[in-house]
Amino acid sequence: MTKKKTVLRIGKYLLAHKLPVAIALVLTLFSNYFALVGPQLSGLAIDAIGTNVGHVNFNIVIKYCIWMLCVYVASAILAYIVQRILINVSSGITFKMREEVFNHLLSLPISYFDRNQVGDIISRISYDIDTINSSLSSDIITVFTGIITVVGSAIMMIAISPTLCLIFVVTVPLIIIFTRYRTKKVKPLFSKRSRKLGELNGFVEEMLSGYKTIKAYGQEETIVSKFDTENLEAVDAYYEADYQGSVVGPSVTFINNLSLSFVSMFGALLYLFGSMTIGNISSFVLYSRKFSGPISETANILSDLQSAISAAERVFRLLDEPSELSDIINAHELVNVKGEVECKHVSFGYVEGKEILHDLNFYTEEGKMIAIVGPTGAGKTTIINLLMRFYDINAGEIKVDGYRSVDCTRESLRKQYAMVLQDTWLFSGTIFENVAYAKENATREEVIEVCKAAHVHDFIETLKDGYDTVLTDDGVNISKGQKQLLTIARAMLSESKMLILDEATSNVDSRTEMQIQEAMLKLCKGKTSFVIAHRLSTIKNADIILVLKQGNIIESGNHDELMMQHGFYAKLFNAQFES
Amino acid sequence: MEMLKKYAKPFFLSMFIGLLIKAVGSLVELFLPFILSMIIDELVPKNDINQVLVWGGVMVLCSLAAWGLNVYANRKASKVARDITENIRHDLFSKTMYLSCTKTDEVTIPSLESRLTSDTYNVHRMLGMIQRMGVRAPILTFGGIFMTFILEPTLALVFLAILPIITWVIYEKSTRGVPLFNMVQKANDRMVQVVRENIQGIRVIKALSKEKTEKNRYFDSNDKLRNQEKHANIKMAMINPSMTLLLNVGLTLVILVGAYRVNQGLSETGKIIAFMSYFTIISNALIAISNIFVMTSKGLASSNRIQEVLGIDEKSSKDIQYPEGNPEYDLEFRNVSFSYLKVKDNIKNISFKLRKGETLGILGATGSGKTTIMQLLLRFYEIDEGAIYIKGKDIRNIPKHELRSMFGIVMQNDFLFSDTIKENITFGRDIEDDDLGAAVVDAQASEFIYGLEEKLDHHLTSKGTNVSGGQRQRILLSRAFASHPEFMLLDDSSSALDYGTDAKLRKAIQDKYQDTTMVIIAQRISSIKSADQIIVLDQGEISAMGTHEELVSTSDIYASISDSQMGGALVD
Repeated sequence: MTKKKTVLRIGKYLLAHKLPVAIALVLTLFSNYFALVGPQLSGLAIDAIGTNVGHVNFNIVIKYCIWMLCVYVASAILAYIVQRILINVSSGITFKMREEVFNHLLSLPISYFDRNQVGDIISRISYDIDTINSSLSSDIITVFTGIITVVGSAIMMIAISPTLCLIFVVTVPLIIIFTRYRTKKVKPLFSKRSRKLGELNGFVEEMLSGYKTIKAYGQEETIVSKFDTENLEAVDAYYEADYQGSVVGPSVTFINNLSLSFVSMFGALLYLFGSMTIGNISSFVLYSRKFSGPISETANILSDLQSAISAAERVFRLLDEPSELSDIINAHELVNVKGEVECKHVSFGYVEGKEILHDLNFYTEEGKMIAIVGPTGAGKTTIINLLMRFYDINAGEIKVDGYRSVDCTRESLRKQYAMVLQDTWLFSGTIFENVAYAKENATREEVIEVCKAAHVHDFIETLKDGYDTVLTDDGVNISKGQKQLLTIARAMLSESKMLILDEATSNVDSRTEMQIQEAMLKLCKGKTSFVIAHRLSTIKNADIILVLKQGNIIESGNHDELMMQHGFYAKLFNAQFES
Repeated sequence: MEMLKKYAKPFFLSMFIGLLIKAVGSLVELFLPFILSMIIDELVPKNDINQVLVWGGVMVLCSLAAWGLNVYANRKASKVARDITENIRHDLFSKTMYLSCTKTDEVTIPSLESRLTSDTYNVHRMLGMIQRMGVRAPILTFGGIFMTFILEPTLALVFLAILPIITWVIYEKSTRGVPLFNMVQKANDRMVQVVRENIQGIRVIKALSKEKTEKNRYFDSNDKLRNQEKHANIKMAMINPSMTLLLNVGLTLVILVGAYRVNQGLSETGKIIAFMSYFTIISNALIAISNIFVMTSKGLASSNRIQEVLGIDEKSSKDIQYPEGNPEYDLEFRNVSFSYLKVKDNIKNISFKLRKGETLGILGATGSGKTTIMQLLLRFYEIDEGAIYIKGKDIRNIPKHELRSMFGIVMQNDFLFSDTIKENITFGRDIEDDDLGAAVVDAQASEFIYGLEEKLDHHLTSKGTNVSGGQRQRILLSRAFASHPEFMLLDDSSSALDYGTDAKLRKAIQDKYQDTTMVIIAQRISSIKSADQIIVLDQGEISAMGTHEELVSTSDIYASISDSQMGGALVD
């Protein structure tokens, strides 16, 4: 995406609020106009005071002072109104952007989430959109104000005294040199500084993650000396940036002071030659301060705008990710299936040209248990992905109750499955809400019933708030085993006829493990269940065992049949008992 | 605060000089408006062109001097800030590295990490800012006020009348703003949490077609965030216009009051003009002061967090001589009990004895205390009861460094860092190339390492994510083997190896490390089957002990683990 396109696209969001934005711009114009009139009025007031004792024209002085007050109050009020309008607009836009991104996320195919890291997606929806937000709410107005102020004060100063404007022959080049110095020399140093700091943080994170090993090998000294190198680089980079950057503040002040000096000196001379009033000098001093302010700000804003544009690019790229393909027209709505599944000549690969499953065939009647076994990378999870249509197959067909899965709506197909995955997923909400998630309008009784069946009811009762206990942070306040029981209870609540189960490996104590196993068996009853199996007991009891190796079903049948074949399965099985 | 004082002490002189220069630089600036008023009020009426030019030149010189002095002082300040930060960071990291595991657990790793990174960064920024602005802003404020009083005391009172209001606005900004934005941060965290949950649970959400529910849930959090943001921003939006307005009202009042004073011959026009310049200087300085407040409150909070860690005082183990054990055994646990939190024992009454060259296998579910045994042996934690002996010596009598150097260790999900494979294996120790080569061969790692283009110089990513799980374990084993240690501790060190490689590894250990006493913690029975003794741990206690043959028939847990391994074999 080109920069221009990105800017235009941000413009589209602004266009949705064109009236408030237009009002804000007009008001800014007025607000700045008033602010610029102020010094002019003060100059006139000072002229009315004059330099002679007893000759002050109070009527005029008071008149101008009142005008000044009016103008400044008006300017402040307008500035405040503009800010409010812009806050409204920018928060409206960010709200909409966040919502669009989120809704789009939900419509994306699973493959997107498999390809992208959580942290990256989150940084787009929070950090990047924030960057755009702050740029929208401040930079636009700053730029606009800056232009008005520079042009306005230039006009005013020329009006007061074209001759005195000659001092800008000195200060403007200084400003330009200074701004270029800043972008050329200082900016890269600042990015180096953040980079080095990032490296240091990375080093700390890495080393702390291995601190026990470091201790075990007695290498604290070595690591500390490595840290010192990183530390030195980081503080040096900071210093270098500071060294050059420390010129910035004094330079801005210097340019201001220099113009003040010149204005005083030449203003006084001009006054002596009678081509300037004392009030003119005063106004000129004030305008010259206004004049150089925005110019030194420009460098800041430019880099702000740059980062806003690249943030917008990242957001738009996400929004442009293609959604899951829509269902075919007149897709079949699966309801109350029996649970008969057939897989015919299915092949599939996540990446084109890299097939993972080759010519997969199997068939199961309703209510059977199918165990899928095989080494890591054999394609077990892939089969699950295809059954649920998280991914679409490349060739062949999968049928449920005789309907080709591609002919059905995704939603109705997925609803026919209950699912218990290895990484249990619970959201921050009460236990009740988490279990009831599987069924629209589930009652308290229903939830309690399944929790009892899943052997987790007693545990829930021991909690202070029982079913209303709020699970925080992906459920860290309960153990892994209990989390798993909760997801099993959730699956039990859904009345689907088919089940997908990823048996977790042993990461719980033996008692919980037995409870989980028992709960899973209950869950499977009467359902066509596909189990990625890890336990011998599950495998032995399965009606069909699919032995997967490198994307092929190399053997299938029940345990006894497979043992009789003396193939891969039998070999592996026996290998356990040899030394 | 005290900590900062301590670290700043060696730089006091340097800081003082810097601040002095800064003060001079700022004071010079304050003369500019003063000279301006003098030119207009005294020189102009005299028609003295030469004097005007001279004093104008003085103004330019003052500007230049202020510029030079400020830049110099700023640079000096940056240098001091750099050196102090470097020292603090070094000490903090060093302290962290030598912190006992108990303390580390207490403070937690993420917290230590943030103290080392963002807290030291905040302190660094504060140190720079205070030196740069901490003198300049007050000098400009008070000096400015002082100058206005010299110039024209009555007019200065006008300014003093406005000052409290400005101070109040600034106070509001620095106190009100922070909690408001904290609330925004909280709303943002909530919004992010919903997104995170959705990404992690996308399969479940799609399976249950819950997109609509989730959209509503997100809408709520997004809406709350929007309202918080709006609320905070609108509150803050008041500040700039009101500051500007106050300033301008002040200017108007100065003109008005000035007019009366000039009329009575008590003041001069040039002074009014100079006043306006002071006004701008002072109000800018006040804004800077409000920023300093925000910065320092953040920086001081950070420095306190750093101090907390630096101040941890760990009592060095008392000079108790623990009684000797039985030197016949190379390694002995005698009724060892231990609890991390001193509430419930994590391991209880563990005893075993190993002769030189013998192997102990430990088996049990996660959380049964396997790893704890290893951590106690290395004195990461000190045991609560019982005793551990190495060659008959109580390990509490052996200096930690010496104790640990006797071991070759592989921990669960052990640590690989971004550097070459060679560096990861030698790990800062002096290892001869021959020993390194042998270790790699024994760990069954030679085939894959020499298959890599850069061989031992192949660069690993952090956590070794650019090699497979099995390859990682083989590098880690090479590290443990490389020093040909007297003792070896292997925790889950071969779980990702395929059965064939695992078998070869076991054979290499049997052949080459006959004299090495080993403790192997494993998930897989095959890894420990040939051990001289096997302990089955269940909830911190030894539930069975014996050889493989004995345990298959005597221990239910052992038998059931043996049973569940079938899946493992097919899966891995």
